[in-house]
Amino acid sequence: MRITQGTFSYLPDFTDDEIREQIQYCLDNDWPISIEYTDDPHPRNTYWEMWGLPMFDIKDPSAIMMELDACRKAFPNHYIRINGYDRRLGRQTIALQFIVQRPKHEPGFQLERIESHDRTVRYSIRSYAADKPAGERYQ
Amino acid sequence: MTEVDISTAWRESSLQQILDDLDRDLVGLQPVKTRIREIAAMLLVARLREQAGLTTEKPTLHMCFTGRPGTGKTTVATRMAKILQSLGYVRKGHLVVATRDDLVGQYVGHTAPKTKEVLKKAMGGVLFIDEAYYLYRPENERDYGQEAIEMLLQVMENQRDDLVVVLAGYKERMDIFFQANPGFHSRIAHHIHFPDYTLDELLQIGELMVKQQHYTFDDASRRAFREYLQRRIQRPHFSNARSVRNAIDRFKLRQANRLIKQGGSIPVAELARIDASDIYASSVFQDGAAVAVGHTSPSEAQGGEGARR
Repeated sequence: MRITQGTFSYLPDFTDDEIREQIQYCLDNDWPISIEYTDDPHPRNTYWEMWGLPMFDIKDPSAIMMELDACRKAFPNHYIRINGYDRRLGRQTIALQFIVQRPKHEPGFQLERIESHDRTVRYSIRSYAADKPAGERYQ
Repeated sequence: MTEVDISTAWRESSLQQILDDLDRDLVGLQPVKTRIREIAAMLLVARLREQAGLTTEKPTLHMCFTGRPGTGKTTVATRMAKILQSLGYVRKGHLVVATRDDLVGQYVGHTAPKTKEVLKKAMGGVLFIDEAYYLYRPENERDYGQEAIEMLLQVMENQRDDLVVVLAGYKERMDIFFQANPGFHSRIAHHIHFPDYTLDELLQIGELMVKQQHYTFDDASRRAFREYLQRRIQRPHFSNARSVRNAIDRFKLRQANRLIKQGGSIPVAELARIDASDIYASSVFQDGAAVAVGHTSPSEAQGGEGARR
């Protein structure tokens, strides 16, 4: 099951050139970029691991592509996403965020039904990948 | 396409504009200007050849600027960045100036991220490494400079599209540096030497600076300025245009002091005029001191770039 999230969740995966253009858009808006990765695809997993520090004072996307390539090399089968952070007072939030790499095989989620009080059914989802400990998923 | 319109390509690249600005804004430096003109022409032709489908190796653009302090290396590097940008060899055309302190770390594992940080900032533009020979310290085999050099070389080779590196420093020391690091020498296509300014050129530079700051010399102070420069050149730590700029800053200081002491009401023109006495008050006119150090040859006094006198 293909996980989608972030700004371009409805689009097919970007090519490197398209990623470069999105990065350029962030830089043009003065949004510092950071790279994050994870092997836990749960939608409520908000805080991914940081690949280095957020990158300030960068003028050209090639610098960020260099870091992205390094991250891809270190985690060839993880989820990797790019964040553009808008630091302006009043916004101060992630302005743009998209997935740039995903594992080759995404096993998807199990839907669990939990019997609660008075025959109420509560639902929970659980990634098949998350059965293994962190670091051993998506090998 | 069988014909190529070189004049149009030249005009459209706005190179002429940049080169004219260079000619106008920088006094002297004729050999440098000629070399830059040649490089610009070479790059334009390379671009046209590429468009015409005559495959050429992508030209190596890394450069080395040698010359004494204050001869305009940084200024020319800024212009070079603009030239490269207008030809599309770098995307952004900004200049990042770095020295050893910016590249080399202080403990194990500190150098690589530091160098990488600077390289990332410079991508899409020009990385100007001032006094590059300090990166290499042969007397200390555990020096971290070597690590920075290796990273630089790697990026200079692998990411030639993303960034242009300009090394700068004294000619003699640069030559030694290249002997010790042949990898650098072979990756640098253009070696440009910046000659020292002559007295007349320095005068012209001084006039230009004074004018830009809305001050004026009168005839007496112009003569005094000439005498000042004649003496100043002989002194150690003379760094060409930078020394001229510093001298003018001190003239301004003395002028302001003189006006305040004098008090009363004066014509507006007096606020702009630098008097000969403002110049003659300089320490270079205190004889004895000037003679005592006057014999130090400029090459012996290389150590103190930017030293104030």
